[in-house]
Amino acid sequence: MFWNRKKAPTTAGTARAGVLNRLLGDRRLGWIGFAVALLAPFVSATNYSLSVMTSAALFVMLAVGLNIVVGYCGLLDLGYAAFFAIGAYASGILATTYGWSLLATVPVVLVAAVLAGIIIGGPTLRLRSDYLAIVTLGFGEIIRITANNLDVTGGPSGIYGIPGLDLFGLDLSDPVAFYYAVVVIVALAVVGAARLGRSRMGRAWRFIREDEDAAEAMGIHTYKLKLAAYIAGAVWGGLAGILFGAQLTAISPQSFTFLWSALILMAVVLGGMGSTPGVVLGAIFVSLLPELLRDAADYRFFVFGVLLIVVMIFRPQGLWPSTASERAPDRRPDPAEKEEAWQAQ
Amino acid sequence: MSQLLWNGLFVGSFYALVALGYSMVYGIIKLLNFAHGDIYMLGAFAGFGLLTMAGAMATSASFLALFVVLLVAMLATGTSGLILERVAYRPLRGAPRLSVLITAVGASFALEYGMRLVAGPNPQVYPIRLEGTTVHVLGARVTLQQLALVAIAILLMIGLQWLIMGTGTGRAMRAISQDPKASLYMGINVNSVIARTFFIGSALAGAAGVMAGAYYGKIDFLMGFLIGLKAFTAAVIGGIGNIKGAMLGGLVLGMLETFGTAWLGGEWRDVFAFGFLILFLTLRPTGLLGERVTERV
Repeated sequence: MFWNRKKAPTTAGTARAGVLNRLLGDRRLGWIGFAVALLAPFVSATNYSLSVMTSAALFVMLAVGLNIVVGYCGLLDLGYAAFFAIGAYASGILATTYGWSLLATVPVVLVAAVLAGIIIGGPTLRLRSDYLAIVTLGFGEIIRITANNLDVTGGPSGIYGIPGLDLFGLDLSDPVAFYYAVVVIVALAVVGAARLGRSRMGRAWRFIREDEDAAEAMGIHTYKLKLAAYIAGAVWGGLAGILFGAQLTAISPQSFTFLWSALILMAVVLGGMGSTPGVVLGAIFVSLLPELLRDAADYRFFVFGVLLIVVMIFRPQGLWPSTASERAPDRRPDPAEKEEAWQAQ
Repeated sequence: MSQLLWNGLFVGSFYALVALGYSMVYGIIKLLNFAHGDIYMLGAFAGFGLLTMAGAMATSASFLALFVVLLVAMLATGTSGLILERVAYRPLRGAPRLSVLITAVGASFALEYGMRLVAGPNPQVYPIRLEGTTVHVLGARVTLQQLALVAIAILLMIGLQWLIMGTGTGRAMRAISQDPKASLYMGINVNSVIARTFFIGSALAGAAGVMAGAYYGKIDFLMGFLIGLKAFTAAVIGGIGNIKGAMLGGLVLGMLETFGTAWLGGEWRDVFAFGFLILFLTLRPTGLLGERVTERV
């Protein structure tokens, strides 16, 4: 054999996975997760644990947004923190300098995120998908350095004094209230992303992921749809940025380094690209891990890196694979297909 | 003006050395090796370790010592490139492109934070520092050390060019980049040639790492991140997969950056470089010397 392929899983293995998948694919699972999130403050409601849980919820929103780009459409975005930064800075500047309420900044953030998505995605999505990965990496750096250099973004020290969230006169700056507000918003974001993934557009995205040329041949406008996925990811990231600013009340360029983008990607890959429950769990895992393993902080990123390689080699579908896959997952690729994979590369 | 040109040439020769490895690997197996910049970092640390071990002896005969260290560090990074290919990339050959890209990101992460575990998070100061006599060439201030570093870079590039155009291994590499399957049928050991490509590319990046460490004097575990990005930019400007293009791209990027810095100020240097990358991909995605490739189905 020319290529060292993994062996196809045994029949017993797939049967077990089938039962597991049906169990895990249950719709009620989402409600259970939502209930757990709502009940969590009754277990522990110190300021510290609330802030950790709020961060975890925000991280879920980011991971679900990135999942649209990476998981559904198969485009590797390594600068996702840039959209997060754009959202946080746009709303932060409007709220502190011009005294807008955070809710009023939402349309501006949406426009900014969509524009950024078009500026970066527009030229690069026409090219080979590898280019997108590295251009987004560069874009992440551009946004961070720009925020660091400009006066309007506060330079290296960033923006502080961002007001808390209030919805229609209802003040939500109390940690518990804010946590619940975030959980509700994030739940909506998760459901929204999952719905998008099951829609007609979502099916087209998965087709593009599996075989872009075939999708194009079937009449799917791949460029438009890839741009749509990229913009959707940008919107999710931008909205999460508003909440991030509201939670921390201060943002600075250091909050939006490549490390963030890599961690979000980690959550998506580990959980299972394209699988909503997997990505949600992956995000919770990745964001809570440093709290659980305080002593091992130094090893954390090293382990993440190794884990990415190991997952890709041994379990590329992630820990909780997507059930919506159109392709039989256990099919052994035939030689002709391998050749295609070569040539498509 | 000539000062700017010289600075651009100097920085550009570093970029070119790193870009070569990027471009070679990409040309042969169409893999974007994100960890390539971290191999450069590894080279800087290997040189640092060796020089620290050599201690006082090194400072007395600094240039000769640096040369020996350069060779050993190149061997070390070349070997780590081999290991990286064997452990992370070979098992995934023929896998979807997304999986390979993610593996490359993981490899980059593992190398960076693995080095952080070994060497600590703080920047290390290189034991020898190349600062030397200044000569004036056409109005530009040039140090002899800079000249020597550029000369080493040029020698390495000439050596590589000979290796690719004049040896059997080079011919095998070119054959694989055209058609891996046919090369296999013609009796080329594809896996071994790919491994050798990784060795050569990584050794060049390691050389650049040692040289950068000795010149700038400070190294840290994240130093490869930015240069990896820059090297990719250089490879794209020249036409990715094209060896001469990578050299040209490195020089062009070095020039652009120095002129951009002079024009906009140092804090905008990286923004300028990456902005240029995006612009370049929009206008001429095949690069200066690249040919248009159509994706085959």
